[in-house]
Amino acid sequence: MKRVYAREEYCVGCKLCEIHCIAAHSKYKNDLIKTFKKDTNPPVSRILVEENKPVSFALQCRHCDDAPCTKACIVGAMQKDPETGIVTNEEDRCVGCWTCILVCPYGAIQRDERGHKVASKCDLCSENGKVPACVEHCPNRALEYGEEPFYLAKGK
Amino acid sequence: MNYVIIGNSAAAIGAVEGIRQVDKTNPIVLISDEPYHTYSRPLISYYLAGKVAEDKMLYRKHDFYEKNKVTTMLGTKVVAVDTGNKEVVLENDEKVPYDKLLIATGSVPFIPPMAGLDKNNVFTFIKMDDIKAIKEVVMVGNKAVIIGAGLIGLKAAEGLTNLGVDVTVVELANRVLPAILDEDAAGIVQAHLEKQGIKFELNTSVEAITGSEKVEGVSLKNGKSYAADIVVVAVGVRPNTEIVKDSQIAVSRGIVINDYCQTSIDDVYAAGDVTEGYDIVYAQQRVLPILPNAYNQGETAGLNMAGKISIFNGGFAMNSIGFFGLPMITAGIIKSEDENYEVLVKSVPEQGYYKKIILKDNVVVGYIYLNKVDRAGIVTSLIKDKINVADFKEVLLKDGFGYIDLPQELRKSRLLRGGIA
Amino acid sequence: MSLNYMTPAFIIERDKDRCIDCQVCVRQCANEAHKWDEEEQKVYSEDANCVNCHRCVVMCPTRALSVRRFPLEFRYNANWTPETIRAIYLQAETGGVLLTGMGNDRPYPIYWDHMLLNASQVTNPSIDPLREPMELKTYLGRKPDFLKIKNGKLLEDIPPQLELDVPIMFSAMSFGSISLNAHKSLAAAAQQVGTYWNTGEGGLHRDLVQYGDHTIVQVASGRFGINPDYLKAGAAIEIKIGQGAKPGIGGHLPGEKVGEEVSKTRMIPLGTDALSPAPHHDIYSIEDLRQLIYSLKEATEYQKPVFVKIAAVHNVAAIASGIVRAGADVVVIDGYRGGTGAAPLRTRDSVGIPIEFALAAVDTRLREEGIRNKASLVIGGSIRNSTDIVKAIALGADAVYIGTGALIALGCHLCQKCYTGKCNWGIATQDPQLYKRLNPEIGAERAANLLKAWAHEIEELLGGMGINALESLRGNRLMLRGIGLTDRELNILGIKAAGE
Ligand SMILES: Cc1cc2nc3c(=O)[nH]c(=O)nc-3n(C[C@H](O)[C@H](O)[C@H](O)COP(=O)(O)OP(=O)(O)OC[C@H]3O[C@@H](n4cnc5c(N)ncnc54)[C@H](O)[C@@H]3O)c2cc1C
Ligand code: SF4
Ligand code: SF4
Repeated sequence: MKRVYAREEYCVGCKLCEIHCIAAHSKYKNDLIKTFKKDTNPPVSRILVEENKPVSFALQCRHCDDAPCTKACIVGAMQKDPETGIVTNEEDRCVGCWTCILVCPYGAIQRDERGHKVASKCDLCSENGKVPACVEHCPNRALEYGEEPFYLAKGK
Repeated sequence: MNYVIIGNSAAAIGAVEGIRQVDKTNPIVLISDEPYHTYSRPLISYYLAGKVAEDKMLYRKHDFYEKNKVTTMLGTKVVAVDTGNKEVVLENDEKVPYDKLLIATGSVPFIPPMAGLDKNNVFTFIKMDDIKAIKEVVMVGNKAVIIGAGLIGLKAAEGLTNLGVDVTVVELANRVLPAILDEDAAGIVQAHLEKQGIKFELNTSVEAITGSEKVEGVSLKNGKSYAADIVVVAVGVRPNTEIVKDSQIAVSRGIVINDYCQTSIDDVYAAGDVTEGYDIVYAQQRVLPILPNAYNQGETAGLNMAGKISIFNGGFAMNSIGFFGLPMITAGIIKSEDENYEVLVKSVPEQGYYKKIILKDNVVVGYIYLNKVDRAGIVTSLIKDKINVADFKEVLLKDGFGYIDLPQELRKSRLLRGGIA
Repeated sequence: MSLNYMTPAFIIERDKDRCIDCQVCVRQCANEAHKWDEEEQKVYSEDANCVNCHRCVVMCPTRALSVRRFPLEFRYNANWTPETIRAIYLQAETGGVLLTGMGNDRPYPIYWDHMLLNASQVTNPSIDPLREPMELKTYLGRKPDFLKIKNGKLLEDIPPQLELDVPIMFSAMSFGSISLNAHKSLAAAAQQVGTYWNTGEGGLHRDLVQYGDHTIVQVASGRFGINPDYLKAGAAIEIKIGQGAKPGIGGHLPGEKVGEEVSKTRMIPLGTDALSPAPHHDIYSIEDLRQLIYSLKEATEYQKPVFVKIAAVHNVAAIASGIVRAGADVVVIDGYRGGTGAAPLRTRDSVGIPIEFALAAVDTRLREEGIRNKASLVIGGSIRNSTDIVKAIALGADAVYIGTGALIALGCHLCQKCYTGKCNWGIATQDPQLYKRLNPEIGAERAANLLKAWAHEIEELLGGMGINALESLRGNRLMLRGIGLTDRELNILGIKAAGE
């Protein structure tokens, strides 16, 4: 399946991915100014820039083939779509027990405690049906969206 | 080919999904003594507290059985397994033949002997019906005594407190959650629970449940006694091996299984709380009554039953749980057992913050995270993959420990392998 | 402590209606001109730190930023300009030489903009480059005086030539002054477009050896990173005598910029200053130069053309003639607007002459002496667009070098702070936090795009003149007319005035 791959040698640590992720999942879809100025309770970013200067990179759900979170979920809310491979959380049913956080080997699940506690994670912007917002707005192609990592594809 | 599954919970559902990944057609018969659509067992305390409605308890959607071509026999109790004739025997003496059988009967509460267990309003706390029974009688202002300060006991305590019940918890050990927390962490959790009005009696146990027909109180071995309208017995669970006791299937503490989740008898598999599987942290067979383990074993059993050779190379204890907004995640060995263990700790009790990591030979074997539980799974995966952490030990306790703290090679190999967790 | 007289050069304007306090600007400004106020939970500016490089402006996701010249004015004085006054304040404080980066920015006349191109009308038809073939191919190197042919075959070997698909090369910028990612960008673009990039005086990083066929390796007075492998790694060798931005001055790469990779590539100890002497200590005459040229040829078995690069100075024509006679295959002249990673401000702004004059003078001189064929002529020093190139070729150049233009394609915003090592665009820096901002894939694409776009434009302009091969324009000064020039200037340029 297509995944987002980070290339740490080109991550500039700007966190634009986080900013656009928040906007893409806010009620003011993709409108940055409204998201940050009017949404009193904006969503948490589902992508996380990790940084220890000079190294930085963005990390989000890897949509594991054998996704441990879906197996550990105590209510069956975390599911992997058999067709697209995208792992999504049915937030309605999620009770925020954080068992997925216990098992996610990437630490890619965030606690969203704005309202009813839910596990929040990358959905590859599947609702938009296009390139994920983080990839689209990465200024330096440090995020690539593809079937396999760029390095492998180019044989580097 | 005819698959029979006994059980209707995490392990059973895992098996259905495992079988159907490989075999889309052959019939699956699923038998369960509980009359309900598969539901999430851990949610029963939420249900009790009214935080989750009954229809939101479903572990899989309404159309799950239909979509997966599963014939259900709900509300039907199995009493025995006849491995010679390859059939399971039902309570009404009917027989259900199988080609491949999965036993996923889970656990039953462990009830220590004590006087007065027969009185009304003494409950256990592991099934939907337990909750329904409690709901029938509980009233605001009631007093409850909970026997056992383990996960289930404290979940019951939380649920009842939320209903306005005055709760006292009795625990034989010197601390709450003795199986998953050390003394320091338990102290923080206990203080937090006490703030919510829950009282504790540690280092003691119940001598007798008193009352005439109905519970009126409990008397403790330490001499104290408490008035009570309700008693919940939650001292632990044990594998529900009842139906195999007269069969050839090998049972130690639970049904013994190998990496393929096979029992000692051909074509008979077992998964979940009922089993005794391999614990990779302790490197021995152990009963691990936790849901991720049940699902994984169930799925592995299902794959193997349908002919796709598959291995579950072992689980280990791991729990994520929270009480009144204090989350905690723990896994593996949580107390050093001898001088071969190295212990890293960071503790800020005022903030309810506690982090402890246990290493053996530079490999993480267990941890406790209180409050700041984010990204704990990274550490879980270090345990699972037995990563040598000698090079980055000092950052393990760091706030926000993450992939950035892993050596570049390890980080890249993990991130680039994409989907293969 | 005493009072610092310096006032901010720029002011950062933040549109508070658009700013979302995302701190992208804070994270991107290496000069710390944007800061985060933890207590107020908002971003604010430290105007004095701003160098107007536009990194924040371009990165700000809501376009909330702009930067202007600081509005503070001195009392009007046509003589004592604000720049002059500030320079004195600074020197009074530091006691040091004023440093700067990039090329001369003084308002001297730009002669390219005083030359106009011709186009065909009626008598000779123009050519549509989209329908007809157009040839931009250029060969650099010594051409024989005449060709001896027997039975349809050349009797003697032609001296080594560089083949260029476009008449534009990337000029020398050393690894040290610019980042490895900048080098990677230029090298890959040169390969893609069929032209050459130049290592500059800092040696050739091992990652770039793969681009050797498209590389010109430079030999400068510091002789950094030079050994036979290096000489053979490239397609040609360039001896650097001088540079337009700082004629007569050596180079100085401060030790802070000499990190592990630079030190390995330059073959000098980690963290030491890399000093290039003002002269080559073995060259005091044309004869000495000839020795170096021939030792390099000898080292490379006469397989590689040897370039000699000088700054455009007063006597440039005579010097160029000497260089050709010394055996150079290509003479490179760098005009006074040529860029630099670091130069003394006063040298940059006042030494040297315009490249347009230097080019015309050298081409004329070599023709007069009958040795124009003995070397190709490459010029550089602020080639800004495709018309500058067409005009240069009509004036007599074989090809051009672009440096600043190439860096602008990579993201340079001409803030002139290259010498600080804090280039926010990842170009003129060795700071790993900064150089990773330049992704060489993107850089290569952009640099290659620029060359392709200019090549298209050159074809258009040639077609308009009714010319279908660049070769036919070379030295064809009839295609140029001057505008707003004195007779003397027209004379030096060797062109007629518009209307003549
Ligand atoms: C209150 C509570 C909270 C919990 N919280 C957590 C938690 O947060 N995280 C976690 O990991 N785990 C938790 N657990 C444990 C978790 O629920 C179990 O590990 C998991 O349910 C085990 O699944 P299983 O399929 O093996 O068995 P079970 O869930 O025990 O299911 C057994 C099934 O077998 C059927 N069955 C049993 N005997 C027969 C018979 N004779 N005939 C027919 N059918 C039979 C039952 O009807 C049932 O469907 C919790 C448990 C409880 C009770
Ligand atoms: S949330 Fe974690 S475990 Fe689940 S699919 Fe994503 S990366 Fe894998
Ligand atoms: S980048 Fe733009 S929006 Fe973000 S804090 Fe800076 S000025 Fe504001």
